[in-house]
Amino acid sequence: MALVDREPSRYLPDYDVQAPKQLHFSPYADNGGSVVAIAGDDFSIIAADTRLSAGFSIYTRKQEKLFTLSSNTVLGCSGCWCDTLTLTRVMAARMQMYEHEHHKTMATPAAAQMLSTMLYYKRFFPYYVSNILAGLDSEGKGVIYRYDPVGHCEKNYYVAGGSSGALLQPLLDNQVGYLNQENVEKVPITKEKALAIIKDVFTSAAERDIYTGDGIFIKIITKDGIATDFFELRRD
Amino acid sequence: MSSILVPDIPAPGFSFDLCQRNSLLEKKGYPAPKAQKTGTTIVAIVYKDGVILGADTRATEGNIVADKLCSKIHYLADNMYCCGAGTAADTEATTNMISSQLELHRLNTNRVVPVVTAAKMLSQMLFRYQGHIGAALIVGGVDNAGPHVYCIYPHGSCDSLQYTTMGSGSLAAMSVFESQWRPNMSEEEGKELVADAIRAGVFNDLGSGSSVDLCVIRKGSVDYLRPYEMSCKKGEKQGTYRYKRGTTAVLQKSVRPIIIEDEMIQRVDHESMDTSS
Amino acid sequence: MSMPNKADCFSSLPFWQNGPAPGAFYNFPGTAASSSNYNDCGIQRTQTPMVTGSSVIGIQYKDGIIIAADVLASYGSLARFRNCERVMKVNDNIILGAGGDYADYQYLRSLIEQKIIDEKCLDDGFTLKPKSLHCWLTRVMYNKRSNFNPLWNNFIIGGIEDGKPFLGTVDKLGTAFSDPVIATGYGAYLATPILTKAYDANSQMTEEEATNLIYKVMQVLFYRDARSFPKYHLGVISKEKGVEIRGPIEIEHNWEVSTMGRNQLR
Repeated sequence: MALVDREPSRYLPDYDVQAPKQLHFSPYADNGGSVVAIAGDDFSIIAADTRLSAGFSIYTRKQEKLFTLSSNTVLGCSGCWCDTLTLTRVMAARMQMYEHEHHKTMATPAAAQMLSTMLYYKRFFPYYVSNILAGLDSEGKGVIYRYDPVGHCEKNYYVAGGSSGALLQPLLDNQVGYLNQENVEKVPITKEKALAIIKDVFTSAAERDIYTGDGIFIKIITKDGIATDFFELRRD
Repeated sequence: MSSILVPDIPAPGFSFDLCQRNSLLEKKGYPAPKAQKTGTTIVAIVYKDGVILGADTRATEGNIVADKLCSKIHYLADNMYCCGAGTAADTEATTNMISSQLELHRLNTNRVVPVVTAAKMLSQMLFRYQGHIGAALIVGGVDNAGPHVYCIYPHGSCDSLQYTTMGSGSLAAMSVFESQWRPNMSEEEGKELVADAIRAGVFNDLGSGSSVDLCVIRKGSVDYLRPYEMSCKKGEKQGTYRYKRGTTAVLQKSVRPIIIEDEMIQRVDHESMDTSS
Repeated sequence: MSMPNKADCFSSLPFWQNGPAPGAFYNFPGTAASSSNYNDCGIQRTQTPMVTGSSVIGIQYKDGIIIAADVLASYGSLARFRNCERVMKVNDNIILGAGGDYADYQYLRSLIEQKIIDEKCLDDGFTLKPKSLHCWLTRVMYNKRSNFNPLWNNFIIGGIEDGKPFLGTVDKLGTAFSDPVIATGYGAYLATPILTKAYDANSQMTEEEATNLIYKVMQVLFYRDARSFPKYHLGVISKEKGVEIRGPIEIEHNWEVSTMGRNQLR
């Protein structure tokens, strides 16, 4: 020991890592995923990609992120998957309780309000989920509600959320909302066009967002019920 | 003293003038811009007659794909190439710098530069910067002693191996090598194995993607295959997104006529290169 | 926890706890203010695992599921316990593999075993199904993580439900999904590429093909995961043959490559 102590000024590299060693527990994870929804006069389409990921690795390539709450309401979730599982399970339970109590299914606007309340209830330990609720209102018109993780609710007609939300929203603003276009006839969007746009924006998102890919599940909500579609995306 | 005629020769190496200012700014809440990282899969193997290098072609900035078709196999010398992972600017600059030194070395010694020379130069340079140059490199080449693959980490450690992988997809690629690599593989087997390793990275690692680049180095010849294969095709568009004329708003309009004062025609003769000296 | 409001006593029981009752304050988790209400003031919960198991891998084959995990439980970088079984039989149609903190796994195992005993006592002919256990585990894990007291584990659940194979996983947050190929820990990086490739090429593997594949994958894991061990257990479940825990199976290994071409640079 004395030999070492004799030369205190001698520089020895410190191999200890400077950062705190203990891995602090975080109750949240970002599992990626994107949701896009477009509403028309008599329909509402919602789609979510099927990639569940964490960090740089893929958990699974075929995770459905759309939850059918009733015959005319579908909820799309992305973000922290464990919160999504919990939130949607509680949501489904409360939909059922409502049905038993009132002998009718909950209408889309009511479900939208309930979701907002449920999110705000967890204001100080939020569900880290970005929700998009698509459905038909009491008159049969398509409506979309978008949320932030703590329960702010906003009614809309076209919404992109999740990891490529920021990438896709301007595109929808332009293509569906006709924003920044001069001398254009603002025709209400048809079901076929909405479907094509949804597929195309996801194709674009898969090109540039690493957390979006593999495929999309699409739910088309009309007065006749909910039709399902699947569309392949790139897998890298 | 500097003047217009005799300008100051800038000090060689990196400039650290702004480090103090940057750390101060960071403390005040202005973080430095993020460098483009190549979350990457790069690999190399030794086969019967040489080495094969492989790389994917995705460059990322956070969760966004910054470049879908970037090149990660860099030229070092005629008999060796280098795959780079990490900060894109660092891998590019480091390999360029060493490449020029290797060429000078070749002209000085007038013989094929050994691969170990390049590996040592790189590892010594990276060690001097203590990991601040974020370049993770795989050097592969063939010299008079045979084929070599070296793997160099950003802090300057260096390994001589028969097969190696680097980058965020290194584990996926390594799983392919660990289960399938054999000594003395043929060129076709080797190429398919390297492509398989890159594909494992492309499909299992989100930081890697797009396509596979290969570089086969034999004694006296090189095949740079870019792209060797497009692993993933872009999806086909369902609709058309063309705008009608007049869609873009005109906010302001001003017309300035060009006034022609004089016309002149001047013929420029073809000038041959001066080779007198 | 404050008492439920009297006006609430006729309505259905609350689904959630820890919410603010009228007139009561919300308890922020982890703050000093909350400690007056809770009896857990000043308690340090496990924030980091101590004795850990490494990867667990699972794959679906033609008639069932195979789950594999090696026998090592490490204490940091020390190979501390070298004979720990990490694959268990839950009942006749479920197997479970566990990675992460070994103590947490033992705790959960005792919980599950008690659950199975309770169920047997009912003697109603019903048995726990894999999807139910998977769902139950997500709730246990999510609840623990919400109390900032997680069980530091990755579980893989395999089983047969309605004649079909089921393979699912739950992690310490309660993140859950099911897939024909699942690997946790370093296995997620090293095993998944091999397993998915083999499964995509042939989803109808025989048991022999699947066990051979698992052997190869466990070998790769032993070569590259420094917290692994050349001995593993195999949990196999199929409709015809039921549950079988095999092992320990030894992995052959050969390190000749590491010295090949090692004449330069030293």
